[in-house]
Amino acid sequence: MKEISLNILDIAKNSTKAGATLTQITIDETENTLTLIIEDNGCGMTEEQVKSVCDPFFTSRTTRKVGMGIPLLKLSAEQTEGSFEIVSKAQSEHPEDHGTKVTAVFNKNHIDYTPLGDVVFSVTTLIQGDPDKDFLYIHRTSNGEVTLDTRELRRELGEDIPLSTYEVIVWIGEYLKEQYETINYNS
Amino acid sequence: MKSLAELQAIKAKMQNKVALREGSGEMRVVVGMATCGIAAGARPVLSTFVEEVAKADLSSKVTVSQTGCIGICQFEPVVEVYEADKEKVTYVKMTPEKAKRVIEEHIKGGKVVAEYTFASENA
Repeated sequence: MKEISLNILDIAKNSTKAGATLTQITIDETENTLTLIIEDNGCGMTEEQVKSVCDPFFTSRTTRKVGMGIPLLKLSAEQTEGSFEIVSKAQSEHPEDHGTKVTAVFNKNHIDYTPLGDVVFSVTTLIQGDPDKDFLYIHRTSNGEVTLDTRELRRELGEDIPLSTYEVIVWIGEYLKEQYETINYNS
Repeated sequence: MKSLAELQAIKAKMQNKVALREGSGEMRVVVGMATCGIAAGARPVLSTFVEEVAKADLSSKVTVSQTGCIGICQFEPVVEVYEADKEKVTYVKMTPEKAKRVIEEHIKGGKVVAEYTFASENA
């Protein structure tokens, strides 16, 4: 993946596929590090599934025998001498409190660091693809933070206007870009 | 500064259009957005379809959606076009430029862009 934002799009899609009604994407940035957390309330994974999910030759899909999403994110974090972790609670074992949390830490100054890239584009793409699911996006930087909560948008729009409506997607993109401009952020 | 209240205006504007949406699904454009598609450049291909369909005011007739991996990763970005009573058309190795041509010739004009199809890749 050329940008971390593409990994974000890819991994957050696992959450919606796991039936998550809310997926939280948090980016915490300091001068030297970028910490990405993708956390959902989806069906989760058993301990065995978590162990094998980092293996490129394990996937829950049936169309193909290789699942590359998690291994690619793990690789891009670890190649910066960062870290990677998945914690999950399977719905079968934790019926009340289940879901998955993926954490990847990147060293921004490492030569093999891939830039964050166009994260706004990934957020709008995610919402376009799963307009019935909710997303909470928070990007914290030393200059301030950028946030988006689709539950708030849904409250304004009501039930008749899907979040995938072109005008809404364009608005979300502009809303986020404006926040990034306010904090003078360049990925 | 943009505010959430602006969504009210979009809502009011869209409510007139919602009625038109009832018979939609005449044509479906489906973009592969699994790891393979995303890594190969599907994100701008998808957004080109979303944007061009909206600009051409075709939203009532054409829906653009995302799907997972369909098993031909080496041909990503892959786009499938479904139309009632017609055979599915699979476009491969797509780019935003190719997407624009598919919109013009196939979606608007009804003529499949044969050279971009999976069938022509394998011919």
